[in-house]
Amino acid sequence: MRLFVSEGAPGSLPVLAAAGRAQGRAELLVSTVGPEECVVPFLTRPRVPVLQLDSGNYLFSTSAICRYFFLLSGWEQDDLTNQWLEWEATELQPALSTALYYLVVQGKKGEDVLGPVRRALMHIDHSLSRRSSPFLAGETESLADIVLWGALYPLLQDPSYLPEELGALHSWFQTLSSQEPCQRAAETVLKQQGVLALRPYLQKQPQPCSLEGRVVSNEPEEEELATLSEEEIAVAVAAWEKGLEGLPPLRPQQNPVLPVAGERNVLITSALPYVNNVPHLGNIIGCVLSADVFARYCRLRQWNTLYLCGTDEYGTATETKALEEGLTPQEICDKYHAVHADIYRWFNISFDFFGRTTTAQQTKITQDIFQRLLARGFVLQDTVEQLRCEQCARFLADRFVEGVCPFCGYEEARGDQCDKCGKLINAIELKKPQCKVCRSCPVVRSSQHLFLDLPKLGTRVEEWLERTLPGSDWTPNARFITRSWLRDGLKPRCITRDLKWGTPVPLEGFEDKVFYVWFDATIGYLSITANYTDQWEKWWKNPEQVSLYQFMAKDNVPFHGIVFPSSALGAEDNYTLVSHLIATEYLNYEDGKFSKSRGVGVFGDMAQDTGIPADIWRFYLLYIRPEGQDSAFSWTDMLFKNNSELLNNLGNFINRAGMFVSKFFGGFVPEMLLTSDDQRLLTHVALELQHYHQLLEKVRIRDALRSILTISRHGNQYIQVNEPWKRIKGGEADRQRAGTVTGLAVNIAALLSVMLQPYMPTVSAAIQAQLQLPPPACRALPTGFLCTLPAGHQIGTVSPLFQKLENDQIESLKQRFSGGQAKASPKTAAGLTAAGPQQVQALMEDVAKQGDTVRELKAQKADKNQIAAEVAKLLDLKKQLALAEGRPLETLKGKKKK
Amino acid sequence: MAAAAELTLLEKSLGLSKGNKYSAQGERQIPVLQTNNGPSLTGLTTIAAHLVKQADKEYLLGSTPEEKAVVQQWLEYRVTRVDGRSSKDDIRAVLKDLNSYLEDKVYLTGYNFTLADILLYYGLHRFICQFLWPSVISPVTHCSLEVISPVQGSPHEQAVTRDY
Repeated sequence: MRLFVSEGAPGSLPVLAAAGRAQGRAELLVSTVGPEECVVPFLTRPRVPVLQLDSGNYLFSTSAICRYFFLLSGWEQDDLTNQWLEWEATELQPALSTALYYLVVQGKKGEDVLGPVRRALMHIDHSLSRRSSPFLAGETESLADIVLWGALYPLLQDPSYLPEELGALHSWFQTLSSQEPCQRAAETVLKQQGVLALRPYLQKQPQPCSLEGRVVSNEPEEEELATLSEEEIAVAVAAWEKGLEGLPPLRPQQNPVLPVAGERNVLITSALPYVNNVPHLGNIIGCVLSADVFARYCRLRQWNTLYLCGTDEYGTATETKALEEGLTPQEICDKYHAVHADIYRWFNISFDFFGRTTTAQQTKITQDIFQRLLARGFVLQDTVEQLRCEQCARFLADRFVEGVCPFCGYEEARGDQCDKCGKLINAIELKKPQCKVCRSCPVVRSSQHLFLDLPKLGTRVEEWLERTLPGSDWTPNARFITRSWLRDGLKPRCITRDLKWGTPVPLEGFEDKVFYVWFDATIGYLSITANYTDQWEKWWKNPEQVSLYQFMAKDNVPFHGIVFPSSALGAEDNYTLVSHLIATEYLNYEDGKFSKSRGVGVFGDMAQDTGIPADIWRFYLLYIRPEGQDSAFSWTDMLFKNNSELLNNLGNFINRAGMFVSKFFGGFVPEMLLTSDDQRLLTHVALELQHYHQLLEKVRIRDALRSILTISRHGNQYIQVNEPWKRIKGGEADRQRAGTVTGLAVNIAALLSVMLQPYMPTVSAAIQAQLQLPPPACRALPTGFLCTLPAGHQIGTVSPLFQKLENDQIESLKQRFSGGQAKASPKTAAGLTAAGPQQVQALMEDVAKQGDTVRELKAQKADKNQIAAEVAKLLDLKKQLALAEGRPLETLKGKKKK
Repeated sequence: MAAAAELTLLEKSLGLSKGNKYSAQGERQIPVLQTNNGPSLTGLTTIAAHLVKQADKEYLLGSTPEEKAVVQQWLEYRVTRVDGRSSKDDIRAVLKDLNSYLEDKVYLTGYNFTLADILLYYGLHRFICQFLWPSVISPVTHCSLEVISPVQGSPHEQAVTRDY
């Protein structure tokens, strides 16, 4: 037989590997033909590789050729192999040819290439991890492995296209790639040029048809119900039947939380917010809120968890603010620290401790690390040319200089970093520098400073990263930023400043200088822990037992990924270094950026005044969490997500499940006799729960939220199909069926309440109170779906969880935060004047407060007249607010009494 | 024809008495068979091959390594080239290729009737009924496709004779 191949034809890879593996190669003649040569007489379009058999017949399908080699060596066909090969031909190949076309012919990179094949890669990974066998269709590597490996090799041999979170796929691919027949095939086909070896062939091919007319959509894809095996169903049913017994033992609450040997000890930090900036929504989602979800999740898993944060208080900005307000820097910090703490309390952030950096511990630990670095020769001294504003009579901190970026020419680059290209800048390198305070041009003066010798510490950092990164959950952007820093080469970094408000430098000749915030701010995590417990070193000098997760926006990555680890490694004191660096991209506001000075965007303290509950804010921010790419806050979208996902999907399901129990079964969970359909649903829920766990373990917070919504969608569908409200009126069998459906649904609601806890703690608690979920079930989230509300369990009073957001309400908020508050409302109804923004704000607060009062009364089932009186007050306030905002009265609809 | 209906027809043709239930997955409505003793099977040709084995008619998958590979090749051709093509040019190319391939053959493997003939027949049926005029098909294809009508009593025998 004769095999026809062509230079760079990807199909040659599996074919040659299969020939080598099945030892059919001896009698095989190989001919190389041009990519456009028609070898097979009956096919109109050219195709390679092709195998011409001794009978004269042709095999022109890559899989069929591979199959033939395996059949010759005595292999027997089986269903699972057939299934993989059919999947390869119909699903993988279209996706893969698109990805390879983008990569090789169009020169695209990154997500553009990975995007089309990601789902297929995940499918392989899931199947491998579910089978718990290292191979696709058997205990040894076989036809399916060779065909899929050969198809994927050109793409996956570049590690950047083999996502590290797909662990099972990773090890399967490595195992096969290291086998001799595969290695030889790879060398023959790719000739050590990597994927570019395919270019001569792929260029001549027509554009893959899946590229034409593809619709790109940001909407969540319709979930397909995966097929279930009997085994999966059996496992899910067994877990369910365990009931409350299946809960893991609860961890006793301790104070202080300290690492325990042999347990999973999770230390979580979120980037320290700078004290005199009120955080905006982007800051909140970037660090504290993301870290909060993860911390709550870890606690639900009964992991030993400590979550810390605090305000970063030193620096010039504080000094300047103090001058402005006529206070001391310390007074400024005290004032704003309280503002921050209030905002995070309102957002329900579950810090174990929220500290600050202006403490004695901070001085002690920072100076200790510095002394150790100095003693070990990692500190340099040098004279620095520095910008000084003669008009303001002081040296200018980096953030007080603006100018043109020397790298990319961006006009508003800051003195320390360019917002556009992200490169770090030495302030004196800025072109056309300006003092940010008085706008005069600063002059260059020299001053003696200390430097951290990063080049000398570079190898240690690199070695540490090589040990840490593989298999860790560092986000891709964090890996990328850290790697590119190392690639560009490390330079000594100045760690002192000519300031008063900071940690003093304990060295002769530097008495009037302090440490630069970027040297000591990251040490803040340690000192904050030290203020929480005197046993802080159990967390921070214990790298063997502690997993450190640090949350931040991507601009903070260099300081957490390189600068602090360098100091800590140089200090040689066995410090705990970051195990998982979780960085978000940026959140924009509507179509632009948040801007405090222009009043654009929602800031932490204002969110409370909108009348929208904290949990709704949390939900929406987490739903649009800039995970993987920038995202934008949009009022209209928030309204839409609230009304569709929360109200119609999640809220509707949980409320219906509870109402059926109350209305049809007197508040007692009915007997459940699971049919095979019920078991199937139960298994789907259990698998989605598993997926949720997998995602959250990898800190894929936004994606895990989708799992919750998927489960409630399944639940709604289940109720809709089974119609318990009709069956309850039927005969014995129908009533029995209504009971089972209601019982299963209310148990799904109970599960959802726990899964929701990291995201929406208040709503979660409300559901749990309504269902009277036993306390141990509220505090732990096991990996399986348990029946936590057994037959006979009595639930509490069920009431709606979410409120509809109205268009006019959202429109007025949009207006309010668009930066144009100063303008009078153009739509003022005749004879009425719009009030000032303060008055509007005050009224809004009143409306929100009154709304809370009414809700509370309703929840307590208070006297009807009392409620009616409070509702009347609320309506009156709303009317006043509408007048104040200049909205015409007609828009106050929906309150008409019939 | 929806895949489930096609598989049900195949069951009948194979003389399998017990009717399986099929679900469909995803946008392309790929058939899924939930088996009693093992994991579910996904994909038209995978399930079809499984049914053939269930009916103890394994000769329909080919007897020699060469025949087996050829059968699988045409099954793959069916789901990749025949399914999901809607433009007339595509269909014309498929029919042209098949026609020249079948010029010196009775069945896809030569002289033995196999599962490949059945599924290709099912797959082409809709085009031949709906879109195409006899002129594109040479007498040979025409003839071959008619010969292919699988097992006695299949409704397709009637379909072919009615249309042609």
